Amino acid sequence: MKQTDAWGASFLELIRRASTDLPVDVERRLRAMRRAEDPESRARWVFDTILENTALARAKSLPLCQDTGTPLFFLRTPRGTDHLHLEKAICSAVARATRKGWLRQNAIDSITGRAYADNLAPGLPSIHIEQAPVRQVEARLVLKGGGSENMGMQYSLPDDALDAGRDLEGVRRCILDALVRAQGRGCAPGLLGVCIGGDRSAGLLEAKRQFLRSLSDRSPDPALARLEARVSREAVELGIGPMGFGGRGTLMGVKIGSLARLPASFFVSVSYMCWSCRRQGFSARPDGTIARWFQP
Amino acid sequence: MIHRLTYPFTREQTEPLQAGDGVRVFGLIYTGRDRLHKYLFEGGACPVPLADGGLYHCGPVMIREGAGWRAVAAGPTTSIREEPFMARILREHGVRVVIGKGGMGTATAKACAETGSVYLEAVGGAAQVLASCIVRVRGVRFESEFGSAEALWELEVADFPALVSIDARGVNLHHRIEHASQRALARLLANEKKDGRG
Repeated sequence: MKQTDAWGASFLELIRRASTDLPVDVERRLRAMRRAEDPESRARWVFDTILENTALARAKSLPLCQDTGTPLFFLRTPRGTDHLHLEKAICSAVARATRKGWLRQNAIDSITGRAYADNLAPGLPSIHIEQAPVRQVEARLVLKGGGSENMGMQYSLPDDALDAGRDLEGVRRCILDALVRAQGRGCAPGLLGVCIGGDRSAGLLEAKRQFLRSLSDRSPDPALARLEARVSREAVELGIGPMGFGGRGTLMGVKIGSLARLPASFFVSVSYMCWSCRRQGFSARPDGTIARWFQP
Repeated sequence: MIHRLTYPFTREQTEPLQAGDGVRVFGLIYTGRDRLHKYLFEGGACPVPLADGGLYHCGPVMIREGAGWRAVAAGPTTSIREEPFMARILREHGVRVVIGKGGMGTATAKACAETGSVYLEAVGGAAQVLASCIVRVRGVRFESEFGSAEALWELEVADFPALVSIDARGVNLHHRIEHASQRALARLLANEKKDGRG
């Protein structure tokens, strides 16, 4: 792969699409949630505003939200792919997207408080590349806003205060607790990514990987699929509503995965994604040109 | 019912509002985030008159356009970060309308009740809808000191949509909803125990 390849341009277009347009399944879900609210209600007004905002951002090719979030890149590559080359292409695309205004200057030095001009900083962008049995590189990008990230939780079971033990009922209690704690502050209706097990760092990353799933899919594990459906149903009864203004639309969905754990540990990691659930992806040919866009 | 609020924001305009009401804001408002709130709280002089004014918790994305500026994304930021500063700013500077997202706390609600001020929420994430309500960027203060996102931007808005989150009597919309959701959660968890499946 030479410097003259198309990877930089493809990653730049990935960022532009992620920042300025919602995935089809997310917009469809938001429309359905709007219809479920009473006409003339505050909740209906919020959904109207959300949908109007989505149309405007797409038409103008401008960021859906001024908080363009943490760029989380997830790549799966065939054997023999040069990962360093891909990382370099991603970083140059992030810097260009920042100059073009699709990403805000969103990386702050934690010691001095100064903003990095190009969003290239220790830990940012967040890049996760793995080899996989795939024929083409698959690249996915999630932009996760800071307000929603602040609503994430990690529980260590058993938890006496929640009366949560080391079983799926305990997990359910954790998820509902995280949702009630968040209220509308993570820009509800949110999407919850959950991981049962893992160590603390692996658990939260796996929770975020759940955001790559389509809103309409079901966990391949029947017990987790039942729990996902159940918590989605119960969230309606909480009445928190979009932006916490009251209503039925508290949650777009919940996606639950699992990792093995040590005998001593049982973590439940919950990541909150805002309604502006920005995720896009493509598969690409070896020269970096895009073969197709993923449309969950 | 949708109320109109037009600058200067007098008590006559804010006092009839009730938590949960829809409003549309017209006229001059100023942006301010963490840096400005801390500066004002610590007694810094404000270069613009805040009495009967509006303060918008927002770090806009601005681009140069000719001699002026254009807001390209301007949604609200989380207000609770300003909770330690807000009450004093309401009392000492006479700010009448605060706009943000996510809700504010009891100190702000108390100050609202004392001063006849209101806290409004715009829809979080609606950066394009809200930027389109900014009809003119009049100017900017503290840009070199605080940076663009933290600066005080003077905005003229029209038909800017928001919701009354804390009204001028100190009633907080989120308190009722939060308590109801906690009761609903307790019911959901109690049923499980009763069913014996827990």
